[in-house]
Amino acid sequence: MKFDSAAGQNVIDQGRIVGKSYPRVDGPLKVSGLAPYAHEYHSDAPNAAYGVIVGAGISKGRITAIDTSEAERAPGVVLVMTHRNAPKQFGIGHAPPGGTGPQQDEKDGGGEKPGRHNKPQLQGPEVRHFDQSVAFVVAETFEQARDAARLVRITYAVEKGRFDLAAEKDKGEMPEDTPDSNVGNFDSAFAAAPAKIDVTYTTPDQAHSMMEPHASIARWDGDQLTLWTSHQIIHWGVDGVAGTLGIHKDKVRVISAYIGGGFGSKLMIYGDPILAALAARQLGRPVKVALTRPQIYNHTSHRPATIQRLRLGAGIDGKLLAIGHDVWCGNLPEGEAENAADQTKLLYAGANRLLRTRKTELDLPLGASMRAPGEAVGLLALECAMDELAEKLGLDPIEFRILNDTQFDPEKGPERPFSTRHLVECLRTGADKFGWSKRNPKPGMVRDGRWLIGIGVASAIRNNLVMASGARVRLSGDGVLTIQTQMTDIGTGSYTILAQIGAEMLGLPMDKVRVELGDSSFPQSAGSGGSWGANSASAGLYYACENLRNAIAQRAGFNSTDSQFADGKVSAGGRSRNLADVVGKDGISAEGKVEFGDLTKRFAQAAFGAHFAEVAVDSVTAEVRVRRMLSVCAAGRIINPQTARSQCLGGMTMGIGAALMEDQVVDKRFGYFVNHDLAEYHVPVHADIPDMEVIFLDELDDKSSPIKAKGVGELGICGVGAAVANAVHNATGARIRDYPLTLDKIMAKMAV
Amino acid sequence: MSLTRRDAMIMSGVAVAAGATGTEAESAPASTRPPPQADIRLTVNGQARRLQLDSRVSLLDALREHLHLTGSKKGCDHGQCGACTVTVNGRRINSCLSLAVMHDGDEIGTIEGLGRPGRLHPMQAAFIAHDGFQCGYCTPGQICSAVAMLEEIKDGIPSHVTEDLNDVRYSADEVRERMSGNICRCAAYPNIVAAIDDVHGGRA
Ligand code: FES
Ligand code: FES
Repeated sequence: MKFDSAAGQNVIDQGRIVGKSYPRVDGPLKVSGLAPYAHEYHSDAPNAAYGVIVGAGISKGRITAIDTSEAERAPGVVLVMTHRNAPKQFGIGHAPPGGTGPQQDEKDGGGEKPGRHNKPQLQGPEVRHFDQSVAFVVAETFEQARDAARLVRITYAVEKGRFDLAAEKDKGEMPEDTPDSNVGNFDSAFAAAPAKIDVTYTTPDQAHSMMEPHASIARWDGDQLTLWTSHQIIHWGVDGVAGTLGIHKDKVRVISAYIGGGFGSKLMIYGDPILAALAARQLGRPVKVALTRPQIYNHTSHRPATIQRLRLGAGIDGKLLAIGHDVWCGNLPEGEAENAADQTKLLYAGANRLLRTRKTELDLPLGASMRAPGEAVGLLALECAMDELAEKLGLDPIEFRILNDTQFDPEKGPERPFSTRHLVECLRTGADKFGWSKRNPKPGMVRDGRWLIGIGVASAIRNNLVMASGARVRLSGDGVLTIQTQMTDIGTGSYTILAQIGAEMLGLPMDKVRVELGDSSFPQSAGSGGSWGANSASAGLYYACENLRNAIAQRAGFNSTDSQFADGKVSAGGRSRNLADVVGKDGISAEGKVEFGDLTKRFAQAAFGAHFAEVAVDSVTAEVRVRRMLSVCAAGRIINPQTARSQCLGGMTMGIGAALMEDQVVDKRFGYFVNHDLAEYHVPVHADIPDMEVIFLDELDDKSSPIKAKGVGELGICGVGAAVANAVHNATGARIRDYPLTLDKIMAKMAV
Repeated sequence: MSLTRRDAMIMSGVAVAAGATGTEAESAPASTRPPPQADIRLTVNGQARRLQLDSRVSLLDALREHLHLTGSKKGCDHGQCGACTVTVNGRRINSCLSLAVMHDGDEIGTIEGLGRPGRLHPMQAAFIAHDGFQCGYCTPGQICSAVAMLEEIKDGIPSHVTEDLNDVRYSADEVRERMSGNICRCAAYPNIVAAIDDVHGGRA
């Protein structure tokens, strides 16, 4: 079904089950350790051999010699694969034979580059980044493979690489998919503005750090490959594996039933599924491999660093006159730009606007999407710059933001209104609940013993993306509804919210609904990325359930348009029948799918929020402790408040990490991330996180989908770090423009 | 058999791979000798298990790869995340940091032994009620850690934030401090603390 006009009143609006908190339906399996993750399918892959990937020890150059003889002789070793004996594979530009099938990629406007998910391994002596696969050692046991991997002797010819974004940035070019936006006349408006700031912020490379490392088990049955792997978007995984191996996508089955966290890290394939598949085919037995924690940082992807120049000019009335946002970022040639100016297009009014992104080539590992790519780092800069200008104007930061609210796309004008936008309500509600009125606007004035106390705010915006998505549903004779879709649950709650949608649509209790996810033998779905999953997958399921309702009504001899489904019964015109009786012992199945029209073009669509943070900064050591946080979100219909709240808590915590500790340190001589494990790349732990609060405003977005929902998983991180940084400024007077705000940086600038 | 970690390292050949080949008398290179096997008896979740294992196998891999108890997770394999937390003779440890041969005769407790769907341990039930997890990968470790952590407080074992070492008391700050070895990137932290609080207060 094409969703191309605003949704009217529908079954979901009943709110019998949708909109209420239900505990996760996958909870009992997860808390008892029985939910299987990719590396854990022992009975499906008996006698699996263990693979260990050997990563390149240089960042750029060539392998000049590789000696595998000792590794091959090591006990238990069954295969050592290098570029000298690896089968030929196919890179970007090569779609698998038979094509990739239907795709809808919002960003590319419906088209996808063929083979864009391909990831060939061991195809030549060239090394393009540190820890790129250079050998794959397979043995009877993990211990044997691990030890033998250390016996592969490699000699390299090192070439000079480009690793320093600041030094390379002026060579940057405008990315094809991120054209400049230039509205009005920025230069003259900025020059003439009575109040202005011109500041440069930097954000470092960051690591997703999901808890489950990338892992795959490959098993061949004839020419049919089954891969248990950890992937956020099943059909992208299928395309990548089929494309790389050059086999028809029908020959690849990908299963990711449970995924130990994603945050963008598992949107593409890396060495594990490809090498496992190649070795399993050659050995005629299953092969399993997990990346080691230290490998993840340089072998896979990360959120790329940015340098951002913000030029904001305002009148004395506090209205923005000129908004300039320049972004510099780096990546490998095939990597995308970190589009950190994206939110600046839509967040505030202002007639003269200039947004530019420049991407330069770097020889660091691949930069890619991490939770709210673009906005997460863009808001770190923009929302601090807004505070800087508010301070110059002598305005309250919240009032300054509200003064510059807009109800339409400021680049396009009133002909492109927002579908919904409750930023002002988020700011006002949060201010009230958090006790904003008690904030002392003068920095460094509030003390609690040796601690300096500060409060900060930031706006949040995250574009609402939508993706085509399908589902299969079946009501069986025992009255149980089974839902099957390729949709994944990376911790987001997909299992639970899809059960709620199904239960609502068919008038069933939650315990009569089963949800099966993450298997390419199910209908293609939106998958988990860009916060589009909950809304899009629910919408696809909605249409599948609508088709099922029609089929059931027809079988019952009812007029389908006025049939009601409730309490396990279908009724119409005063007659009523048990669903189980109607469907009989064979049951009834249906499929359905949502495709999206141009509503996201006609309307600006985004979720909004406001984050509030209170910090205490040690007046002696400059240590920062977050004391409390509140996020107020307006993100369309909230399908399950409990799981949505958890999503926000996760985002807020990752935002605190971005503000205070997360930093992949680049070794600029050798070109790799130095702190490549969890002891050195710091993420927040229990002791860092206080009680936090989340409030959802009542909102329905009828332009978003028949579910009227939007995403929350990324909104939760957008702006959080800036709220913390603004609070640190309020506490100490120190304005740090170089994330993360570590003690050394704060101490050097502390005014008190 | 009782081994120290150092004995186990030497037996396992880890020290050899680290560059001590010169001290070996055998003519065959270290890498081509078959690894030493150890006969290990463990009690896992109350059940006696006997294993013939390469002495390099960690306790975590003995559970996951040999006993197929995959509830204990491998997040880092070197003591930095807590996903592999199990109990050994009642106290929690990172099972990835310990070799299986060091546990001959020990009692191991894993998430599978705590409770199953239908008869969950109160801590497991409280994690569900408070949404103390998202992806679930850190969860078995968090739960095993939480159960053992409450015992540590009860036994008067102090932590970094304990003010009076002779008077160890339960508090939310004690919980946050003592649970900080269990990373949750999904960041269910406030919900985990709420779940633990519930169990401690006897409400779950
Ligand atoms: S797997 Fe043992 S601490 Fe991370
Ligand atoms: S639930 Fe995902 S890491 Fe804790």
